[in-house]
Amino acid sequence: MTGLTVRDLSYSYGPRRALDEVSFDVPKGRFAALLGPNGAGKSTLFSLLTRLFTARDGGIEIAGHDLARAPRAALARIGVVFQQPTLDLDLTVRRNLSYFAALHGLSGREAGSRIDAALERLGMAERAQERARDLNGGHRRRTEIARCLIHAPSVLLLDEPTVGLDAASRKAITDHVHDLSRDSGLTVLWATHLTDEIEDSDHLLILHHGRLLQEGLAGELRGSQGLRDHFLKQTAGPP
Amino acid sequence: MRHAFVALNAIVLREAQRFVRQRGRFVAALVRPLIWLLVFAAGFRAALGLSIAPPYQTYITYEVYILPGLCGMILLFNGMQSSLSLVYDREMGSMRLLLTAPLPRWWLLFCRLVASTAISILQVYTFLAVAAAFGIRMPLIGYLAVLPALAVAGIMLGALGLALSSLIKQLENFAGVMNFVIFPMFFLSTALYPLWKMAESSMVLRDICAVNPFTHAVEFIRFALYGQFNGPALGWTVLAGAIFFVLAVWGYDPARGLLRRKG
Repeated sequence: MTGLTVRDLSYSYGPRRALDEVSFDVPKGRFAALLGPNGAGKSTLFSLLTRLFTARDGGIEIAGHDLARAPRAALARIGVVFQQPTLDLDLTVRRNLSYFAALHGLSGREAGSRIDAALERLGMAERAQERARDLNGGHRRRTEIARCLIHAPSVLLLDEPTVGLDAASRKAITDHVHDLSRDSGLTVLWATHLTDEIEDSDHLLILHHGRLLQEGLAGELRGSQGLRDHFLKQTAGPP
Repeated sequence: MRHAFVALNAIVLREAQRFVRQRGRFVAALVRPLIWLLVFAAGFRAALGLSIAPPYQTYITYEVYILPGLCGMILLFNGMQSSLSLVYDREMGSMRLLLTAPLPRWWLLFCRLVASTAISILQVYTFLAVAAAFGIRMPLIGYLAVLPALAVAGIMLGALGLALSSLIKQLENFAGVMNFVIFPMFFLSTALYPLWKMAESSMVLRDICAVNPFTHAVEFIRFALYGQFNGPALGWTVLAGAIFFVLAVWGYDPARGLLRRKG
């Protein structure tokens, strides 16, 4: 089974082209970092991948399911962490998770044991009864990551999940998701504009002005220079 | 099928849990119709003479006349507020979560309508209880018979809010909706005065009131509160609700890119 495939995807906001014939593959079980400056088209790509809106041109395949032809089968295979927080702050961590589980058709004991496992995995088990409002930013993000694992997805989509977090929380969350990909065979697409979240062994996609500039192994693409310098050099040019 | 109902249950439960935690919202929603009932209606009592028309079988006071209209008002305000907050407010995130669930989009929107209507119904019953405490009572059967009427009317008004939120870009805040939707809908209806009273001042106004779906929702509630069934009012309310819902589903079609514009 494949991981994530994007073919000739284009999208415009009126006259402005946000994505221009973007194509890439993330093989099953790989961690792919989608690196791009602000306004590169990352969030547009995520909205298309999660079918919040659809594009006329191009195609998306998630774990072997065509998103346009079989949207429900494809959506059932993805776990998403949006850039904007989506927790209900008035509810407890556990209630937030059981709400999400139910949206995926899980209830009762099965949902309970999956929620326990997901919270345990992200080190959030003791905080299950706390209100989301009382958690710090890092723990809220961990809750969202735990939540997106409940329905055992094959592909994780994370849109700049470390925005607004301190350095320690950022590192903890980046490491966690790298581990998830390594240990559980999950395909991950991690959008970021921060080069220090990317490991040399990650599959790297550099997006700039809606175009995919480079695709390959991060360590190979950067060569002998640091990834930050490589990225700045790649994205320095005009659109 | 099971999946769809598990989701419906969870969406309603979530709304109920949020409602319990937001008591301020509950009190605010109750104060508005109570002011109308206890202040406005008392003032107008002397000015307005109402003759007997179905479902009433005897002379009634003005407070009794506007009670169903105020039930409708709660549904109208809540329906609009909850649908619009979905798009404009902090609820944007939860909307994203909802719409990426692997269920048909129309079903997810319908679940959201059922959830907000359930909360509105709780508020209407609280309002009816307070009104009863002030001596404005309905026949006992009416309190039971009004439940399905409130559900149908609530879903119709919520669907209108949902359709507006998806179709009209200019309605960027609740004040705009108040001026251009809620107030005209409420005042140009039978909530405050009967149709024949409206006809005395202007036939055009009377005709506008007669086609206003809110009029039919209020009349359906009014008859139900006396244990009576008003078929045409139900028909118009369901028809309007179906049209608004189809518009909302069309508005939220991913190919139209609503969330692109709003979010």
